[in-house]
Amino acid sequence: MSTAQAVVRTEAGARKSPARRLAGLAVGLVLVVGAAISLVPFIWMAIASTHSTADLFRSPPPFVPGGQLLDNLARLEETIGFSRVMLNSVGIALVHTVLSALISAMCGYGLAKFRFRGRGLLLGVILATMMIPFQVLLVPLFQMMASLGWVNTYQAVILPFLASSFGILLMRQGFLDFPDELLESARIDGSSELRTFYTVVLPCVRPQLGALVIFTFMSAWNSFIWPLLMLNSEDTYTVPVALNTLTGLSRVDHSGLMLGSLLATLPLMLLFLCFQRQFVSGLLGGAVKQ
Amino acid sequence: MAAPTSTLPPAPVAAPPPPPVHRRRRHRVIPWVFAGPAAVLFIVFFAYPLGASLLQSFTAERDGASVWVGFDQYRRMASDPAFLESLFNVGLILLVQVPLMVVLALLLAGLLNQSWLRFKGTWRALYFLPAVTTLVAYAVVFQVLLKTDGGLANQFLAVFGLGPIDWLNDPAWARISLIASLTWRWAGYNAVILLAGLQAIGKEQYEAAALDGAGTFATYRRIIVPQLRPVILFCAVTSTIGTLQLFDENYVLTRGGPDNATLSPVVYLYKTGFEQLDFGYAAAIAWVVVALIAVLSIAQYFLFGREKRR
Repeated sequence: MSTAQAVVRTEAGARKSPARRLAGLAVGLVLVVGAAISLVPFIWMAIASTHSTADLFRSPPPFVPGGQLLDNLARLEETIGFSRVMLNSVGIALVHTVLSALISAMCGYGLAKFRFRGRGLLLGVILATMMIPFQVLLVPLFQMMASLGWVNTYQAVILPFLASSFGILLMRQGFLDFPDELLESARIDGSSELRTFYTVVLPCVRPQLGALVIFTFMSAWNSFIWPLLMLNSEDTYTVPVALNTLTGLSRVDHSGLMLGSLLATLPLMLLFLCFQRQFVSGLLGGAVKQ
Repeated sequence: MAAPTSTLPPAPVAAPPPPPVHRRRRHRVIPWVFAGPAAVLFIVFFAYPLGASLLQSFTAERDGASVWVGFDQYRRMASDPAFLESLFNVGLILLVQVPLMVVLALLLAGLLNQSWLRFKGTWRALYFLPAVTTLVAYAVVFQVLLKTDGGLANQFLAVFGLGPIDWLNDPAWARISLIASLTWRWAGYNAVILLAGLQAIGKEQYEAAALDGAGTFATYRRIIVPQLRPVILFCAVTSTIGTLQLFDENYVLTRGGPDNATLSPVVYLYKTGFEQLDFGYAAAIAWVVVALIAVLSIAQYFLFGREKRR
């Protein structure tokens, strides 16, 4: 192989093959170590959930799965009613996601495709909600729910955060490119505005909608401080709230906690692995134009 | 009579005026059919409580009634050691953890952007995974990893004859633990964002730099970092906002302890508002957090945003 060929083959910047190979090895090593650091807690979580608490802290620690998984699960079910808690989390997250995506999509469409009085004001409010941390609302929202008698109800957990400014802006961006001519022709065909929206417009923004749904599900699933305030009985707890009560006990059931954490994380991990692209684009949320 | 037939032809000409009236009404109502639900939710669950909390921050609970106290609650913060400590803690995270994490993310993004790297998607997923864990679950896992007797971290140190370290019960180590766990969770996330920014930089620019004889370091300093500035700004601003809103991690990990070493303003807000039921003070703390976020975001915008024009 001639040197000219070698130069052409190597990437810009590095001309020496051995040095490049060494650099590549170093990069690979750093990446592997980094990935290990990012994975160890997960692996430990999975292994720990199959051992008894006493075994967890033995020296040396267990490196392979044990046989206590079902015992831990039974104990978790007994102490916090885990299946009920899981069902609450799934239900709340699903209802929240569907309603929120629908409301955001509709509002984004309204803002993108109509000019109307109050449009500027509405956009201003939406931008303001992005900049103001929601913790400011905690006390008055709590008092509002208390005076409505909604403490410890699902609607109190779901309603306040249904209208998401991030979601509305994301959807609005998607609708801006939608051709007006298509809307006009649907109107001329006599389709009602809502029907046009659901049958013609919405299917065209499926990528944005997908990112929004995943992002919303994740934040609803992970939501902690508001459910912590609102929910105060075991049969309404969500998974994060229930796990938190376990950490506060005098004798902490560590292996039960690890199993609970694993089960709380698993749905999101699976969702992430299936919809990686939408996940990332949903979370990037305007950081980078792609 | 010819009337019926003679009135018909002009109709199409006369018809256009009515539709505008009809359409205008339609155009007043239809947009709100779409935007209405969100608008109502914003008014009820955002605008109203926002106003209420501002008002509340000027009141105090006295004998079961709330009394107007002006700026007393805000003055109270200036001499409240717990609040000042919470500010110190987030200040420390802002000065140590955020820069550390952004630099780490930048390095990681640079490595992941190597053109010859295989399985890029897999690497990206591995590094992104910590960011998709349930916050509470991850705090719980770190609690177990960092347990003083028998926790994995101390067992690892013991192999080298070190430790044991009282990770979560010693004020200084508790801060370090919090910083380490925050970095674990968010470095990969920021790296993926920066990577997306890197990939948006045209290949020609690297080639041009290589032709000019620029080495890896010079390429980074002169080409990549300046172009990446808006994305770095985004990472810095979101991390700053996240730090100022810190709650889940330190609440689950240490409940803000030991000795308030990991107390954040929001955990303090939670404790004063919902454990001591001191709503006026909690509202005032919240508004100080808002002000800090606004000031720091604007400052960062000017710091990072300015050189972009060059």
